[in-house]
Amino acid sequence: MPPGQYVTSDFPVLSAGPTPTASLDSWTFSIRQGSDTLKSWTWPEIKALPAEDVTVDIHCVTRWSKLDTQWQGVSVDTLLAQVDSGAEFVLAFCDGGYTTNMPIEDVTDGRAWLAFGYDGEPLEAEHGGPARLLVPHLYFWKSAKWVRGLELLDEDEPGFWETYGYHMYGDPWREQRYAGD
Amino acid sequence: MTTGSYPEPGPAAALDGNAVGGLLIELFGTEMTAALGTCATCGARRPLAETAVYLRAPGAVMRCRSCQSLLIVVARVRALNCVDLTGLAALDAPAGRAVPA
Amino acid sequence: MAGTALRGRLTWLTGTVRDVTQETPTVRTIVLDLTGWPGHEAGQHLDVRLTAEDGYTAERSYSIASAPGEPVAITVQRLDDGEVSPYLTDELRPGDELEVRGPIGGYFVWTGAGAEVGGRPLMLVAGGSGIVPLRAMLRHRERIGSKVPTRLLYSARSLPEVIYRAELDSYGRDGVQVIYTLTRSQPPGWAGYSGRIDARLLAEVSWPAGDDPATFVCGPTPFVEAAANGLVAIGYPATQVKTERFGATGR
Ligand SMILES: Cc1cc2nc3c(=O)[nH]c(=O)nc-3n(C[C@H](O)[C@H](O)[C@H](O)COP(=O)(O)OP(=O)(O)OC[C@H]3O[C@@H](n4cnc5c(N)ncnc54)[C@H](O)[C@@H]3O)c2cc1C
Repeated sequence: MPPGQYVTSDFPVLSAGPTPTASLDSWTFSIRQGSDTLKSWTWPEIKALPAEDVTVDIHCVTRWSKLDTQWQGVSVDTLLAQVDSGAEFVLAFCDGGYTTNMPIEDVTDGRAWLAFGYDGEPLEAEHGGPARLLVPHLYFWKSAKWVRGLELLDEDEPGFWETYGYHMYGDPWREQRYAGD
Repeated sequence: MTTGSYPEPGPAAALDGNAVGGLLIELFGTEMTAALGTCATCGARRPLAETAVYLRAPGAVMRCRSCQSLLIVVARVRALNCVDLTGLAALDAPAGRAVPA
Repeated sequence: MAGTALRGRLTWLTGTVRDVTQETPTVRTIVLDLTGWPGHEAGQHLDVRLTAEDGYTAERSYSIASAPGEPVAITVQRLDDGEVSPYLTDELRPGDELEVRGPIGGYFVWTGAGAEVGGRPLMLVAGGSGIVPLRAMLRHRERIGSKVPTRLLYSARSLPEVIYRAELDSYGRDGVQVIYTLTRSQPPGWAGYSGRIDARLLAEVSWPAGDDPATFVCGPTPFVEAAANGLVAIGYPATQVKTERFGATGR
């Protein structure tokens, strides 16, 4: 267990805004760079990509951890393989306006997924469905709920909580909760 | 859904500004739930008690109940409160209660 | 303004539990001895802070159940999987210490000002533990000898889950009408209302909007949404319906 964390058996709902009611008909997942949309997938297109089952521990900065959570989703590698970019960072953007930033190497090499299944069921809206990011090796605020795409960046740019003093990287094993940790 | 429970109205499953009454006193030094906040996005002018409040997050988030825009965000970073009021066009004390400048 | 307005910093006080009363199988009232308490108004709440041995803290808000001038009391509903409430309802004993800060709130408050004969009637709408701040208002009304016509509409799952039942029933005499609706189960021969609060029930039991009632709605978030929307649907101006949401409790 990372330092300062407590194991919980339920799945607390964390959110900074209302649960969006996304229609899957108009839902898309996009990869953008500057003002260009490099690639965009519809819901059926995402579901047609090879999906993986992942079992991981998740760690929330509000100090709960949940062990052996089971997810289903598409590896972010699969998505980024379809665009050509030398970007160093990504900013995930979401329905409701939430954003969060990460180095690109933290969402590649099998370390991050676009998750749409949890515990064998479609991901519930309150937990981020239809789809959320899953970046289990970072604090869970990086696993953006209701995610709609990734913005590729050359320089790191703070997302929502990062703007308010949360850590730009957020490694639970180094207890990087706040800027400067 | 059983007859005994009230339907969970998805987007409205938030708390309200009463729940951050204590936090607002910490920030402003005085009671603020009755103070009127004007949303910079849609112009709605309502007591802070009536904002939609999300506390199950790394910080406290207060949103306009009319348009859901962010009004106030408070992140407690170590012992410091980091406060963003940019979503408010104005904040007025209710009659009879002073808000320190 | 009542002389209880709080100025300056809100500090954590360490109270001592004077007394605990089991209200229902899952609800308990805790009376506190609090030195340095500046006094409170009816409808206000306080924050409770629990600290674990390793320094981890959890804070929750609880409405003040007692009237201004009475010892500070809170009434807590146990949520089985909750972090804080089971400690308050099951573990805390008289003589134990409890950290609180308050009083908090200036919006969801009934001061009783203008509550002399001919004053605005009071319309109180409670769901589950949302009765707590409204009970403080009812006690305050009685203590100041107010005669404003008052109605309380109280939604509970079943009769044994009604909090303060004996006390509420005793108000019947002087201008307070208490109306129950039981949403899950009703005792045999139940003559009160059944089912959830909706615009139809509100239209039947509320003061006409034209009477300009001072209106307070409190309970779990989904309940407050339903009741406040119902009042607006029967003509109450939204700006006149004061609401306080306890969260996703009471499911
Ligand atoms: C102003 C105010 C006054 C209050 N007054 C009272 C009072 O007088 N009496 C009283 O009993 N309570 C009152 N409450 C509620 C109280 O503050 C606590 O929320 C309650 O006691 C539960 O705390 P807990 O730690 O036991 O439960 P928690 O650990 O907070 O969990 C509560 C329950 O809700 C679920 N839950 C938590 N968050 C979410 C979410 N985002 N979405 C869905 N489900 C969720 C949990 O799984 C659990 O079942 C008041 C709240 C406010 C804001």
